[in-house]
Amino acid sequence: MLTTFLVLASSRLAVRIKAVSAQGALLSVLYLTVRGHLFDIHTIALFFITFIVKTVFIPILISRTAKSVQTKAEFEPVMSSPVTLMIGAALIVISFTSIRFFPLVTSHVVSTLTVPAALATVLVGFLILVTKAKATNQVIGFLILENGIFTFGMTIISDFPMMVEFGVLLDLLVGVFIMGIMIYQINKTFDHIDTRTLSVLGDE
Amino acid sequence: MGIILLPLFLGIVTFILKGHEHRIIRRKLLITGALLHNAGVVTLFFVPDFFSFSPYIQVDKIGFLFLILTSFIFTLIAFYSLGYFPLKRLETAAESGGHIFVSCMLFFLAAMTLAISTTHVGILWIAVESTTLASAPLIYYRQSKRSLEAAWKYLLICSVGIAIALLGIFFVAAASKGTGSELSLQSLTKNGMLLNKQLLRMGFILILIGFGTKMGLAPMHNWLPDAHSEAPSPISALLSGALLNCAFLGVLRFYQICESAGLEAFANKLFIFFGLFSLFMAAIFITAQKDYKRLLAYSSIEHMGIIALSIGIGANFAGMLHVVAHSLTKVLLFLAAGNILILYRTKYVSEVNGLLRTSPSTGILFAIGGLAIAGAPPFLPFISEFLVLKHGLLTGHYYAMFLYLLFLGVIFVSMSKTVFRMVYGKKRDLIWGELPKTMFVPLAAAAAAIVMLGIYLPEKVALLIETAGQALKI
Repeated sequence: MLTTFLVLASSRLAVRIKAVSAQGALLSVLYLTVRGHLFDIHTIALFFITFIVKTVFIPILISRTAKSVQTKAEFEPVMSSPVTLMIGAALIVISFTSIRFFPLVTSHVVSTLTVPAALATVLVGFLILVTKAKATNQVIGFLILENGIFTFGMTIISDFPMMVEFGVLLDLLVGVFIMGIMIYQINKTFDHIDTRTLSVLGDE
Repeated sequence: MGIILLPLFLGIVTFILKGHEHRIIRRKLLITGALLHNAGVVTLFFVPDFFSFSPYIQVDKIGFLFLILTSFIFTLIAFYSLGYFPLKRLETAAESGGHIFVSCMLFFLAAMTLAISTTHVGILWIAVESTTLASAPLIYYRQSKRSLEAAWKYLLICSVGIAIALLGIFFVAAASKGTGSELSLQSLTKNGMLLNKQLLRMGFILILIGFGTKMGLAPMHNWLPDAHSEAPSPISALLSGALLNCAFLGVLRFYQICESAGLEAFANKLFIFFGLFSLFMAAIFITAQKDYKRLLAYSSIEHMGIIALSIGIGANFAGMLHVVAHSLTKVLLFLAAGNILILYRTKYVSEVNGLLRTSPSTGILFAIGGLAIAGAPPFLPFISEFLVLKHGLLTGHYYAMFLYLLFLGVIFVSMSKTVFRMVYGKKRDLIWGELPKTMFVPLAAAAAAIVMLGIYLPEKVALLIETAGQALKI
């Protein structure tokens, strides 16, 4: 939760990447707490793999792309930082209040706050995706969105086969990898990665 | 299982074979992959359980129809690519990444096959996301600013869309909590009545939005015209003829779950709404369109709308028939558009004329496709569109049918006007000389299929589509 806010507030790319990485770590720890009572192979494996993918691989990938495209430029918000923060706060309030309408049964181990927190993460991820113009930031927004969805999924279900969970993670990893390559290409062709210039295509 | 792993394996092999000297081997591998996939699908027809090694991978009746279609279309496009890309290479000097391209095509085929043949909702999600990942590099083939923009939009919009679908799948999973059912289609539909209705409803909306993004339903269609117009023509054909179907199948799987839970009326309403809205958007943008590949892309949105609408009013047979009709016709058109692009080197309708004299075979094929997709008799799309109308009127969806006819009318007029303008006129000089044969034969095959099936639907084919339509009803 806090990490999401940090991403919103911070204007430096490196901080954002660290925040996402921390979020990934929290997420993988959550795997352990959700199952709590029984430490079977499934849980442990999931914990390790999520941790490796989300906290190690993906942040490294992003920071490598970021380095290769040489962007330290921080000031680019379509909307100013305070405004996005306000909207983010509003979204979180909304998700916490609206949660009563969802007839969700969470497992007893997790506190009831996890579901609204997950929902808020999804919404804030969206917000970042929409308001940030740089391609790397959009990827970060996408990752936060995914993290939110994962948290959500984890708290309500526990019966996905392990293969499926790994598949989802693998997809995510490859996705970020391809996005990284494309960011590099965008930078090469346009000399910057501001997606606002990607608007040639359209209908008049 | 074999038909999934094979293209995957060949894809990896081609990925390793870099460089110019391996070009011919790569081409051969592409064709081999396509043909072997065909063979696999045919075996499946005779021995239904041949490939079901795992409980999660099973081809059911609907899946089989989609699988045949995908396999057939992929083969046509593989042959067409043999003629198209060498010519294209004369134009764009920087030739690179041929090995990536071919292997992505094969990965794409593998991902689509998995999406069609799985019955587990989680694997379905993985497969659909992989199709996005495998096809994004394909769109970026031309390596220009425009294609880069299209590929980025495609990747980001579809990934986010599919992430939303994942949220939807989690909702469905939450709905099944306590019923003791696994997250596979059979067990979910079997326990349909026990599912939590409210959660299922929310889940279905999220999934419809998510996979609907991929399927190109308005208003989530923004990526589609860009991606289809910027991708090389064979890839546009593949996206339009095969990928949209896979995404649609994803939605259908959850429709079946809704149906089993007695939420049919609710899901139908959503389908009718999104269907009509897509038709509306397509009608507007087709009328004012100057770029013929974008025109075809919007026409895909239109037809996805028709398919959603037909399922929404319960015309399952017509809907399935239209899936077949649209895929075949759109492949024909996009490939013909590829020929035109090479002959004229422009994507503007206003700069293309005299197609019938410049290249008679392309002209005739394009005219057939254009008329068919606009909905003129006696081609296959006309038959299915008519059946949708008939069923709609019989079941009393008068308003929906009125709007449907109105939009179809508008689209018919503007599409056929454009096609005629492009086909008639003075002869132009050819830049590259006559095109190679591989660039006509696949088109002719698709054209023959829509004409033949339009005039006479063989019993076997009809039965196949009929059973698929019935399998949709639980």
